[in-house]
Amino acid sequence: MNRLFLNKVVLLLSTVSALIGIGFLFWILITLTYKGVASIHLSTFTNDLVEGGIRNLIVGQFTMALIATAVAVPLGVLAGIYLREYGGNSKFASATRTLSDVMTSAPSIVIGVFVFALMVDPVGTFNGWAGIVALAIMMLPIIIGTTDNMLALVPQELREAGIALGGSKHKIILQIVLKAAKVGVTTGILLSFARIIGETAPLLFTSANNQFFTMDLNGQFPSLTVSIYNLATYPDAESRELAWAASFILTMIVLLINLAGRYLTRNKH
Amino acid sequence: MAKNELKKVMEVKNLFFTYPGAPEPTLKDNNLSIYENKITALIGPSGCGKSTLLRAMNRIHDLYPGFKYEGEINLFSRQSEKMENILELRKENELIGLRQRIGMIFQKPTPFPMSIYDNVAYGLRLQGIKNKGELDGMVEEALKGAAIWKEAKDRLKESAMGMSGGQQQRLCIARSVALKPEILLFDEPTSALDPISTGAIEELISELKKEITIAIVTHNMQQASRLSDYTTFMYLGDIVEFGETEKIFLNPEEKLTEDYITGRFG
Repeated sequence: MNRLFLNKVVLLLSTVSALIGIGFLFWILITLTYKGVASIHLSTFTNDLVEGGIRNLIVGQFTMALIATAVAVPLGVLAGIYLREYGGNSKFASATRTLSDVMTSAPSIVIGVFVFALMVDPVGTFNGWAGIVALAIMMLPIIIGTTDNMLALVPQELREAGIALGGSKHKIILQIVLKAAKVGVTTGILLSFARIIGETAPLLFTSANNQFFTMDLNGQFPSLTVSIYNLATYPDAESRELAWAASFILTMIVLLINLAGRYLTRNKH
Repeated sequence: MAKNELKKVMEVKNLFFTYPGAPEPTLKDNNLSIYENKITALIGPSGCGKSTLLRAMNRIHDLYPGFKYEGEINLFSRQSEKMENILELRKENELIGLRQRIGMIFQKPTPFPMSIYDNVAYGLRLQGIKNKGELDGMVEEALKGAAIWKEAKDRLKESAMGMSGGQQQRLCIARSVALKPEILLFDEPTSALDPISTGAIEELISELKKEITIAIVTHNMQQASRLSDYTTFMYLGDIVEFGETEKIFLNPEEKLTEDYITGRFG
């Protein structure tokens, strides 16, 4: 077969494939925008779910996600530091690394059910803490993985130079190596945040949902994603409209966080 | 050469070094002296162990557990006025103290991801110097000592990553010089630099020997002959010949040294 012809065929096929992929993405975005924007009113942001708004849902979703981040970031970054800087190729480190990789692709519903058995069933009520733990468990392997990989990119000479100046190992890691990997590690944290902010499954069995504004993490906690899941199944048009509005806003939030992550990494090069 | 004028600051005695997991030692029965305010060059073909020997002198091998030292590396202590075996140091604090006395410059420039000022101040701050005025003075002195003050003085707050390779290498030298080390170890400091930067670094090294004793690993034979007072030729982990640079280059005792220096192998 003619090489030029084959080249054209492959080019055509890959272009069409790309178009199909992007086409669906834009279809979703356009539908979301079209239906979502039409359903957004000022009251959407000022009212709580019980009055047809999503104020408490956004606050609730972010509260859980931010506390989960506060828990998962130090744990994940420290674990990543251990794997790269201290664990070396020891069996324990290799096992932890593999396990963490497996956890990255663990089905989120399974994590939700696990936390349900651990933190909801024993106390007898859905609660915000359980939701936070489920989200933190989802974030951990992503943060561990990126920290591990980003530290690996820091040249060994930099560590040696620090040691040669009379630094102790932990000071060099915290003051120089981590600083050199700062952008990558931050991006990993942002991406893991973007991942969990849009999760429904881990919250479904843990924090469930709440129609009212609350900051009490000991009881059911309002969630944007769980509300979308619920609202979309209600028969009345108002609920479904609110679901569209909430979906649109959620998508925008996730998009913004992802863009921020990309901007950060681009800035480096 | 009047031998009595020379003061040994370091003495390597029957040194064997084995890398983690290696079946046999990389350095075999090395003996070598380093004299005060002289430049000692370590030359030899790739894999001969010259960097390994240099890296034993500040115990940086200790970063990678599983190594084995045998023999002695004695360092002259100004306090006790005696030679003390640095291979006997065990505690992290003692090793930190050792590395403050023996600085090291690497093949690739290794600026830290921080400002030029903070790079030079880093080692000083590790020593516990916090006073701003004191630091300012020491940073300036170090940058002047490394012949980079003119280029750096107006951009002290800027990131060191924005400097050229040659400037970065001089910054790294400044960073080490700031600690006022007794010995500076250079591990092929110019092999990643262009000829002009190389010239600047060589000039700087010759200048530095007034204050600091220097050991330098180099692949570049001209560099060794231009710069050094003493030369050590190594081959397959053995020290084949050690002596005054002039003698090694003009009238070596060993056939192997002559073959290497005249470019017959290597």
